[in-house]
Amino acid sequence: MIDARGLSCPQPVLLVQKAIEEGQKSFEVIVNSGVAKENILRLLKKHGLKWSCVEEGTDTYIHVTGKS
Amino acid sequence: MVNFFSTRWGIITVGIFIGSVASLLQYLGNPPNMGICVACMERDIAGALGLHRIDVVQYIRPEIIGFVLGSFLVSSIYRENKARGGSSPLIRFFLGVFAMIGALVFLGCPWRALLRLAGGDGNAILGILGLVAGVFAGIFFLKRGYNLGRSSPQRPFNAWLFPLFMVVLFLLLVFRIEFIPGGPIFFSVKGPGAQHANLWISLGAGLLIGIMAQRSRFCTMGALRDAILIRDFHLLSGVIALLITAFLANLAFGQFHPGFSGQPIAHTDQIWNFWGMTLSGLAFTLAGGCPGRQLFLAGEGDTDAAIFALGMIVGAAVAHNFAFASSPKGVGTFGPWAVIVGLVFCVAVGFAMQERERV
Repeated sequence: MIDARGLSCPQPVLLVQKAIEEGQKSFEVIVNSGVAKENILRLLKKHGLKWSCVEEGTDTYIHVTGKS
Repeated sequence: MVNFFSTRWGIITVGIFIGSVASLLQYLGNPPNMGICVACMERDIAGALGLHRIDVVQYIRPEIIGFVLGSFLVSSIYRENKARGGSSPLIRFFLGVFAMIGALVFLGCPWRALLRLAGGDGNAILGILGLVAGVFAGIFFLKRGYNLGRSSPQRPFNAWLFPLFMVVLFLLLVFRIEFIPGGPIFFSVKGPGAQHANLWISLGAGLLIGIMAQRSRFCTMGALRDAILIRDFHLLSGVIALLITAFLANLAFGQFHPGFSGQPIAHTDQIWNFWGMTLSGLAFTLAGGCPGRQLFLAGEGDTDAAIFALGMIVGAAVAHNFAFASSPKGVGTFGPWAVIVGLVFCVAVGFAMQERERV
């Protein structure tokens, strides 16, 4: 589980990139900014990964669920 | 709700808009190759407030005010305005100081570097190479786990304060308040500080850019960083759109004059054009964004970004008071020393703020 809340550019994307490079295909990322969410979803799309988002208050939980 | 401006075509649209508006602002009176320059304009604001006394660069630039307020307005509408802070603010303040010093050695921020290039100023090539070098250096630290720590939510008043400060500046400008006979508030009567488009046009342009840049997350440094670090060219597409549009607009307005010598508000000391911008590029990368982006973030309620912007304003005062800043004649007496000290500072920050786990 990657907690990227409150981290400024480019940390959220870097953490997710690292998880992808380690071969993880199913993990969860928590963000609390629209920017981080957009950047991460763009990265996931680039790597052909599927995801679903759940909003809980100010936080967004991105569940990465494997290759599409 | 889908954010059009954060799509590929969205950010290209923003780049086209900024490039054309910048060229237009120059046509309407802003200094040559300086339709928009966050560093120069913050320096002009510092001068208007009397923080430095170089009388040719003193004017409260409405563009800067517009950037912050435009971002404030649109982020409030789309519920992205959230007071936050606490991510090493003091370090960010000094990064802002040194980012400005580096920019004033080159005589431009990343936005102006692009506009100078679009105006035919060959010296900007060295500045842009310096920015790239600075970003590379910043990436070295990012990969080793550098980060300034998490920011936390703050009480809402924190989000209003910087925009409020901008409103106050605007009132000082509009009403030409004079606290002491002769100033402050100072208004240049000659030189770049006296060259400005109509106040309301500048404000309007700044507001529109603030709105579009906040929605699109436009960031010149992020563009370079993402291209190098994660091979993502999204932000870069917006930056290239800016460059090409400004170039074409300059051609249309007769503002394109290729060459190296005699370029407006520029010098040919290429070593320090390069190293000044290396310092700036590194400082911006360590702080997470270019000076424009810091203003848009500040408008969104990011107090760390607002502190960085205040650092830049103070840095401008320091640069001119201590002979760090360059002029068209060349570098300032102590400019090179200041750049060296700044680089040492940034490298120290880069190493000091690493977390054990590397990215």
